Amino acid sequence: MGVGIEVSNLNAWYGSNHTLQDINLNIPANHATALIGPSGCGKSTFVRCLNRMHETNPVARVSGTVRIGELDIYHDATPVEIRRRVGMVFQRPNPFPTMSIYDNVAAGLKLNGYSNRRALDDIVERSLKDSALWDEVKDELKKKSGASLSGGQQQRLCIARALAVDPEVLLMDEPASALDPVSTSKIEDLIFELKTQYTIVIVTHNMQQAARVAEKTGFFLNGRMVEFDSTHKIFTNPSDKRTEDYITGRFG
Amino acid sequence: MRTEYSDWRSRWRTMTDRLATGLAILATAVVVAPLVAIFIYLVYKGARSLNVAFFTQLPKPPGEAGGGMANAMLGSAVLLALASAIGVPVGIAAGIHLAEFGRGTRLANAIRFTADVLNGVPSIVMGVAVYALIIKPKIAWLPFTGHFSAFSGGVALGIMMIPTVCCTTEEMLLMVPHSIREAALGLGAPNWKSVLSITVRTASPGIITGCMLAFARVAGETAPLIFTAFGNAFWNSNLNRPIAALPLQIYVYALSPYDDWRRLAWAGSLVLIVLIVLAVSLVRYVASRGVLKGAS
Repeated sequence: MGVGIEVSNLNAWYGSNHTLQDINLNIPANHATALIGPSGCGKSTFVRCLNRMHETNPVARVSGTVRIGELDIYHDATPVEIRRRVGMVFQRPNPFPTMSIYDNVAAGLKLNGYSNRRALDDIVERSLKDSALWDEVKDELKKKSGASLSGGQQQRLCIARALAVDPEVLLMDEPASALDPVSTSKIEDLIFELKTQYTIVIVTHNMQQAARVAEKTGFFLNGRMVEFDSTHKIFTNPSDKRTEDYITGRFG
Repeated sequence: MRTEYSDWRSRWRTMTDRLATGLAILATAVVVAPLVAIFIYLVYKGARSLNVAFFTQLPKPPGEAGGGMANAMLGSAVLLALASAIGVPVGIAAGIHLAEFGRGTRLANAIRFTADVLNGVPSIVMGVAVYALIIKPKIAWLPFTGHFSAFSGGVALGIMMIPTVCCTTEEMLLMVPHSIREAALGLGAPNWKSVLSITVRTASPGIITGCMLAFARVAGETAPLIFTAFGNAFWNSNLNRPIAALPLQIYVYALSPYDDWRRLAWAGSLVLIVLIVLAVSLVRYVASRGVLKGAS
């Protein structure tokens, strides 16, 4: 089951560049939340702060509080613990190239020392079914490399890999931007299925995509969150002039 | 409006294209030709002296016909096993440190500089250095000191392997895309585990190639063994005793005044090259079976 995310006074820096300024928002559990905004507005940085990937960059800094469920992730937990509970899917599909499809999905569990063969088989099957890839790969799970799949399949493999560790939150950083329309619509269908079990935060450049998959939408601009509301309201009757300008295509 | 290209321009392009292709083929031929020539000449000179005795017998004293280099082959195997046991783990560990943990630190820069210098040290100097470190001092409670030994030869060759292994490991690890590391960290793997089980594994084909390069290079080294392994006319697999090695035996035989020995030197050279090629191919084959098809 997913949990909600509570962000208060979040600030982030890359070196002297203040990329996120005073972000406050509540992301509801078991819903999809979309983040939109022009390139470089801080939305990717924001999701990377939710699983502490931001700080893997040596010049990056962060301040403020992020609560995932009851857990204050910057004060009460290590990055490793957080990342097991908060899965992430990246912009470009990044399966492990030397591993089979099976090993790719099992990687997260194996890296965490899980070694029960039987249970592993079940988890791999369930994760691949959840990511709608099972039927396409079930005959060559251990024979084929993850890198030999098509781009869209690779991205669903990456989703399966993230699901296998049973996270509560799934962060998706432009998961469909490198994919063709057919693969994109498969990923969107998937988000629809998955949000019943997980809290999903999806960064997207595609406003139709945001409108299709998300209940809530946040608009970022120049490191600040301009508006956060129900998707319907953002796209039909935004309260801020800048949001309106952006979604009607006047800039960005 | 379309730009019209003259007939002359199009012919010029075709010509330069052919010229460039031709130069590339020529360059390849220049690289491959010496190798083929050496191999053919070795077969021509050495194949006649190859017989069962060569692979099974000890060298005979001068004047007696026949004999073989079986002890030198065993000796080379022992020396190379020891050298690899030293050079491969140390080199890989240093390469991992340079690429993953110590990036940009002073220690890493110092290590990289040392490795580069070590790579340029002439092999005879390496032999003398190991001689001065292990063979010259005679310390009663320290084994392997005070006399020529297989151990000191293995150490000299092992040290020579380190820079090559270290540099290729670093380069191969740096080629692993950042996205792969992020994927591993994003799954909740601690950094050290992500490095060892994901990054190193992804780079492993290249790292293995680096190890094989280093191996092939030291397999033919003679100079570092002159002051260390010394050579031996008899069977030996004791690390504490002087040991024979193929390059060493070839060196001694090729310079000898006896026709029979010189023929054996040719045969030995042929065997040395074939064994190196076999060893490298075997490791490549075994390694490639571990990596799945379709992975680039």
